[in-house]
Amino acid sequence: MLCDICGKNPATVHLTEIIDEQMNELHLCEDCARNKSAAMEQQFGLSDLLAGMADFGKPSAAEKEEAVNAKCPACGLTYADFKKVGRLGCGECYNAFRGYLAPLLKRIHGSNQHIGKNPSKVKTSSRMYKKKANLEDLRNQLQQAIQKEAFEEAARLRDMIKEIERKKES
Amino acid sequence: MQINDLLNHTSEWLKGTGPNSDIVISSRIRLARNLNKIPFPHWADKGQLDEVVNTVSAAVAKVSLLKKSTLFELAKLDSIDKQFLVERHLMSIEHAQKTEHKAVLVSEEEIISVMINEEDHLRIQLMQSGFNLFEAWNIINAVDDDLAKLLDYAFLPDFGYLTACPTNTGTGMRGSVMLHLPALVMSRQIERVLAAIAKLSFTTRGLYGEGTQASGNFFQISNQVSLGHSENEIIENINGLIRQIIEQETQAREIMLSKSKEVLEDRINRSLGILKSARIITSQETIELLSMIRLGSDLGMIRGIDRRIINELFITTQPAHLQKLENKKLSSQDRDLKRAELIRNKLNLI
Ligand SMILES: [Zn+2]
Ligand SMILES: [Zn+2]
Repeated sequence: MLCDICGKNPATVHLTEIIDEQMNELHLCEDCARNKSAAMEQQFGLSDLLAGMADFGKPSAAEKEEAVNAKCPACGLTYADFKKVGRLGCGECYNAFRGYLAPLLKRIHGSNQHIGKNPSKVKTSSRMYKKKANLEDLRNQLQQAIQKEAFEEAARLRDMIKEIERKKES
Repeated sequence: MQINDLLNHTSEWLKGTGPNSDIVISSRIRLARNLNKIPFPHWADKGQLDEVVNTVSAAVAKVSLLKKSTLFELAKLDSIDKQFLVERHLMSIEHAQKTEHKAVLVSEEEIISVMINEEDHLRIQLMQSGFNLFEAWNIINAVDDDLAKLLDYAFLPDFGYLTACPTNTGTGMRGSVMLHLPALVMSRQIERVLAAIAKLSFTTRGLYGEGTQASGNFFQISNQVSLGHSENEIIENINGLIRQIIEQETQAREIMLSKSKEVLEDRINRSLGILKSARIITSQETIELLSMIRLGSDLGMIRGIDRRIINELFITTQPAHLQKLENKKLSSQDRDLKRAELIRNKLNLI
């Protein structure tokens, strides 16, 4: 595998970069990795990149302070730790940091409400409801795409909607 | 089962069967699950990690679909064995690094594998040949139901399955389809297709999943969003996208056949010629040439070479596979020699 930046030297350093909501894998040779990390630290620093995601909604300085000091009672991970490593410490962290995670999840996934399976009622299902929600989502996305004049994307969405409707009928 | 037993076996996903198997190599679903009340792997201590390995391996022994599976403790495997499991897509590259207190469970026929203490306590994955995500989902869903009765999963009704990284929260599901798109690459349409995919919040990766470059015209496309949609919706969304890509690749193949058949035939047969006669060959060149003969076989330009043999060669020519076949460590130069020999033997038999 060759370096993503220079395309000449073999990639030996593997980085995960988070830009907007997307995690990008970067494969770099040592030289380019050194330049890249220097540039990143200057501009944002990886922790700031995550913090940028996590502080979505621009809270006040006091709120920021509170967020950084928040600590999971079960595993001891602080919100500052999470911002540094990008990983939560345990399931209970989701309750401990609920106020900060809910907007973050919404930013990453476009929703913070789970509607998939549930281990405590593995047998029940509500497929019809979910299908409807999906079509609605797609129609909203389609409207947005048209407004943005992203016609290629709009055509794709339109085809996806047609496909689901076709399958529903059959 | 021993690691060596896998060598003489073709993985289910390499069989070259299933819907749309001229363009779709395989379909994969993985579920991220964690145990309640135990810190996620990166935050757990050694005792807790061992507890996870023990609890999970005791549970899988009771799941009917996993009855005939084998647990490999990674710390007990040498580096070639670990790489071998990565090459067979039974575990991730990340899982093969820092292997203390980690394990991987491999089911009979290598259909299901469970990574224990990767980024999450459990990463359950299932691979199928061809375009088959719903079938993959049905099987893995049944396995997950059985495990949910035996294990206390970390779950909240509003956030769903709780994972170490918030990008996997919710269903914890990632569906991936591996596509072979040589005509879109050769007709220079692939950039446009990949850009459109990225806009729709899907990701594209190479032959070896998480963090590898696309090579030999292989692209693995996965959903990015795991929360706010049901598992069925996520699969429907991937399927809708994949159907469109299949259609575009099919069209690009047809146009190439009608406009530049001789050029294509020349390229495919030259590729076969090199593979049948080369004495030294790198794995990168191998993947590129095999991609061409796979296309040749799909288009009926090359006859008598089973798709399964081509698929197998993609894997058996990888470094760890070559070293397992030779049963010794080989330098990069030696591997290029052995690789060429293996390919000649396989292709000239036909
Ligand atoms: Zn470089
Ligand atoms: Zn915690």
